[in-house]
Amino acid sequence: MANEDLALMAHLMRRAGFGATRDELEERAAQGYAATVEELLSPETVTGADRYEFLRYHPSFWKPITSPGMGASAWLHSMLNTERALEEKMVLFWHQVFATGGSKLDHWHEMVSQVDLFRERGMGNYRDLLVELAKNPAMIYWLDNCDNHADAINENWGRELLELFSMGVGNYTEDDVRECSRAFTGWTIAASIPRNAHGRYDWEFEYQEEDHDDGEKTFLGHTGNFNGEDIINIVCQQPATARFIARHLYNFFVAEEPPVPAWSVTPPNDPAAIDLLAQTFIDSNYEITPTLRVLFMSDFFKNARFAKIKSPAEVLVGSLRLVGGYQFPAPGIGNLSKEAGYMGQELLNPPSVEGWHTGPEWINSGTLMKRINFSADLVGNIAKPGIRSIINRLQTQGDLTPEELVDNCLDLLGPLEVQADNRQQLVNHAQETGILTWANPQEAAHRVGEMLQLIVSLREYQYA
Amino acid sequence: MTSNKKDPVLVVLQLSGGNDYMNTVIPYTDPLYRDNRPAVGIADEDIIRINSELGFHPSMRVMQELFDQGNLAVIHGVGYPDSPRSHFRSMDIWHTCEPDKLGTEGWLGLATREIDPRKENVVTTVSMGPSMFRAVSVAGVPVAAVDSLDSYGLLTGISNEDQRLKILDRFTQMYTPAIGSGQVMEYLGETGLEAMKGADILKVAPGMYSSTVEYADTPIARKLKDIARIHLADLGTRIFYCDYGSFDSHANQPGMHASLWSDVSAAVGDFFSDLKEHHAADNVIMLLFSEFGRRVRDNGSGTDHGAAGAAFVIGDPVQGGFYGEYPSRKAEDLQQGDLVPNLDFRGFYATVLEDWLGLDAKPIVKGEFEKPKFL
Repeated sequence: MANEDLALMAHLMRRAGFGATRDELEERAAQGYAATVEELLSPETVTGADRYEFLRYHPSFWKPITSPGMGASAWLHSMLNTERALEEKMVLFWHQVFATGGSKLDHWHEMVSQVDLFRERGMGNYRDLLVELAKNPAMIYWLDNCDNHADAINENWGRELLELFSMGVGNYTEDDVRECSRAFTGWTIAASIPRNAHGRYDWEFEYQEEDHDDGEKTFLGHTGNFNGEDIINIVCQQPATARFIARHLYNFFVAEEPPVPAWSVTPPNDPAAIDLLAQTFIDSNYEITPTLRVLFMSDFFKNARFAKIKSPAEVLVGSLRLVGGYQFPAPGIGNLSKEAGYMGQELLNPPSVEGWHTGPEWINSGTLMKRINFSADLVGNIAKPGIRSIINRLQTQGDLTPEELVDNCLDLLGPLEVQADNRQQLVNHAQETGILTWANPQEAAHRVGEMLQLIVSLREYQYA
Repeated sequence: MTSNKKDPVLVVLQLSGGNDYMNTVIPYTDPLYRDNRPAVGIADEDIIRINSELGFHPSMRVMQELFDQGNLAVIHGVGYPDSPRSHFRSMDIWHTCEPDKLGTEGWLGLATREIDPRKENVVTTVSMGPSMFRAVSVAGVPVAAVDSLDSYGLLTGISNEDQRLKILDRFTQMYTPAIGSGQVMEYLGETGLEAMKGADILKVAPGMYSSTVEYADTPIARKLKDIARIHLADLGTRIFYCDYGSFDSHANQPGMHASLWSDVSAAVGDFFSDLKEHHAADNVIMLLFSEFGRRVRDNGSGTDHGAAGAAFVIGDPVQGGFYGEYPSRKAEDLQQGDLVPNLDFRGFYATVLEDWLGLDAKPIVKGEFEKPKFL
């Protein structure tokens, strides 16, 4: 039973965070599941990452001239250091939903600020978050609302607000898109001053009343001289919105749903779960935290162990946290943050406002190869503290038969569940060198490292 | 069709984001062009005039040369009825040929299955880029997804080659799909095995390549160079897929559109020069398309999502020229301010499938459509 508690805790931490070491899992399992969920839902009770620590070693990345070739390094530093696992996971969630691409912005600091907004507001009220998003300079520039004028409507933000950020396709008309866009005229960014030797000037939200179309609008059956906030209020009264966000939460935290564009025509895999989440969302007046509480305490969540393919960000951060030793913002952190991109998820630069196609669509022969190569290179490094700790735990058990070596390694990397055939393959591989003794500790450590490499190459390791 | 014995090869270059048709193939004598494009219109003197009515964007000098050589076909007015004007939905429709319901099978994935039904060559189709395009993906059809040809390989971090080979041997056994392990596990298993096999085949290509052509240092040039290297290694690849963009020019269109097209033109020009230098161009055609064109009237700095677009087909076997009719720009002929498609893209696909790849197009494009005869 104790091992079952540990396995459930490992599941919770993989989903609500980026995994946890065995020491942490044991502590949390002793604390209990419900108490751990409450801690995750109350990030203010534990310590977050220190952005100033990152900036102290990379001062040139404080408001740099433009994209500094450092990828998502500041964010990666947060993901590797924060104790607020769920808060940071929600940042990734919102980045995947409100997908904004740095390549168009060419303004690194504004991308980082948007991600910081998700950290600040991502577990609060969804309506408030949408209002902040509508005023977020990175989003305004990304979806061209700065070019949405009273006398020249630009529909980009207005359309995506409805299609991708709230209700989903099929719940509004082309007229609604136009009227919604009219209501957001004048929501722009203060004119940016050209860059100078000290870098780019910040962008700020600015409401230009003279550029706002103050005429009457008819939006989703309501008529009035609507401004942007009125539109968001109406959007948040639509049952479609609660269902859309519920489905996103389910797809991100529980199990695979079909790709987002299919949602208007394909029903959810677990309609009762979506109903429950959507109803909780509505009942709590669109508060994210109570909805997450219901999700993590539900049986459908607890039973969804290994029902999802890890996203590249989860592979990257999960592997780095597992092997340890990457908390310090060393010079390589920029390149490290780009690894997720090589696996198909370039952080801070999604391919489009639709974000990434998730689930099995993360996997193709190229990205699978990247995942395997990345994880195998890490766990094969027996000098890393996380791997050293696995080796030490094994060593306390004395000599290990091939079966014991395999089962212990599977346990310490998860606990992982693997097909019987594959376990047998691992055992066969271990048998080639026989019983593992610690007479030569260095050689034994290498054998363990090789076994870990083989395990992270397994298909089963790609599941969260 | 050419009469050579080499298998026909198709390269698709997807212009992602919605390329602005009217500023790519410019109806420069139409006063409505000037009226509708006060902010993003191309100055008369800069337009590359192709005939008495139409011109190319100034960044498309290489395209003009290909056109003058009779090797570039411009297909007017491609699209499909009731465009949703959503990038993602529209791209899905182009990829799956399913405008009315959600398709899951890519048209070139299906073509791959027809070309190589017994999966004898896992590099029959190569998708360039970090993620695989839906156009080439069909469950159970192997497609190699290559981000960068030079660093392609499995467990390359294990430096001891004997140990690596031993591990790869285990890997093969552990990825052999067990019956009943579930759809996703089976998919992962097949993908892993294909990855390994594909890497073994493709790793020979860089070493065999030499050329006097120097490609530019742009993402599209790097992709087309990788395609050239694989094609020249003669590994049996029949379909290549790559993309460039984003062409989503809602704002600041003039500079952005110009730089995108100068990258594309240079890369395409270098690609064909490279193939010609190696006498390997006569069995290759390249197809360029975008998910939709853009709105007729500009929005003061760019153009919003539209409907009809232009497609291009390039190559020695292509009969250059204009195909179809440029849709009317008259206000009364537009739908929601957009050019109305007058050629279903599935007909344009059918020409490629039937008259180039020699396949039956009907089951792939789901029906019969008017075929422009550019081959």
